[in-house]
Amino acid sequence: MKWILGVLMMALATSAFAVNPDEMLKDPAQEHRARELGKDLRCLVCQNQSIDDSDADLAKDLRVIVRERIMAGDSDDQVRKFVVDRYGDYVLLTPPFKGTTLVLWVGPFVLFAGALAVVFGFYRRRRAGDAAAPVTPLSAEEKRRLEKLLKEQGQ
Amino acid sequence: MKRALYLLPVAIFAAMALLFVKGLTMDPKAIPSVLIDRPVPEMALPPLPGRGEDTGLATRDLKGRVSLVNIYGSWCIACVQEHPYLMEYSKSGIVPIHGIDWRDDPVQGAAWLKKHGDPYDRVGVDPAPGRAAVDFGVTGAPESFIVDKNGIIRYKHIGPISPEVWNKTLLPIIRELQK
Repeated sequence: MKWILGVLMMALATSAFAVNPDEMLKDPAQEHRARELGKDLRCLVCQNQSIDDSDADLAKDLRVIVRERIMAGDSDDQVRKFVVDRYGDYVLLTPPFKGTTLVLWVGPFVLFAGALAVVFGFYRRRRAGDAAAPVTPLSAEEKRRLEKLLKEQGQ
Repeated sequence: MKRALYLLPVAIFAAMALLFVKGLTMDPKAIPSVLIDRPVPEMALPPLPGRGEDTGLATRDLKGRVSLVNIYGSWCIACVQEHPYLMEYSKSGIVPIHGIDWRDDPVQGAAWLKKHGDPYDRVGVDPAPGRAAVDFGVTGAPESFIVDKNGIIRYKHIGPISPEVWNKTLLPIIRELQK
């Protein structure tokens, strides 16, 4: 019976939320926006967590401030700009597409295209090589050795 | 020519390896500040209790003289480490040092200064959620900003100030700005 309980507990387990009830906005739509924004804002203390996930004090402060901006009537972009103005692009977990991040966004596709070109080039050259290679006839000496070998096989 | 082409992957690997090795030696906590060369954020922070009426920190207090703004808190362990040096530099009179008591109970912030000494010209209290600190792009305490005569942020130092940091980095910048 114990194992059923164990399985049930594992199945029902969800990740813990860092957002505390007292931080939440009354309006569910606004709270939803704040949560979505928070998921893409980096916690500056524990750098691979979002402020939505993190228990750090600074993450809590930023959650509160994001909600204040929303209450003040900011759009999502305005809230994001507010935080980026203070902490730089680094605070965005999804880096923006611009000059300095071009290699980051385009790099993998360029590498993939390059690899494809190399593979195609390799096969095309090999096929062309098969077709175009001139067949030189055997010399008299080679013919003689071939006949000798065939005769030995025949015995 | 063909042989050189075979070496290309090795060359690419070597270049990437170099890049990654360099990345390993860099401090991920040292995030470049976007506030450098921007004016000090708008703020008017109240003073610490018992420190006098007009001892809070406002934006206008950072104009007219080069100054150092230091983020601290009574909860901050590394602040204890840099504090004796702040005391020393404050006594030397080279530059006024202002404090921002960040995410702190003002009573404890004041008690902490009584215990460890008070190097600050002005101290502003910035309780949670630390709006002024967020405006400064603060990621942790201690952190120090050099502000020029026009109230423009010129440098940010993350972590405790040591004599080495002071002599090699902060002091030369302060001297240059004071000219």
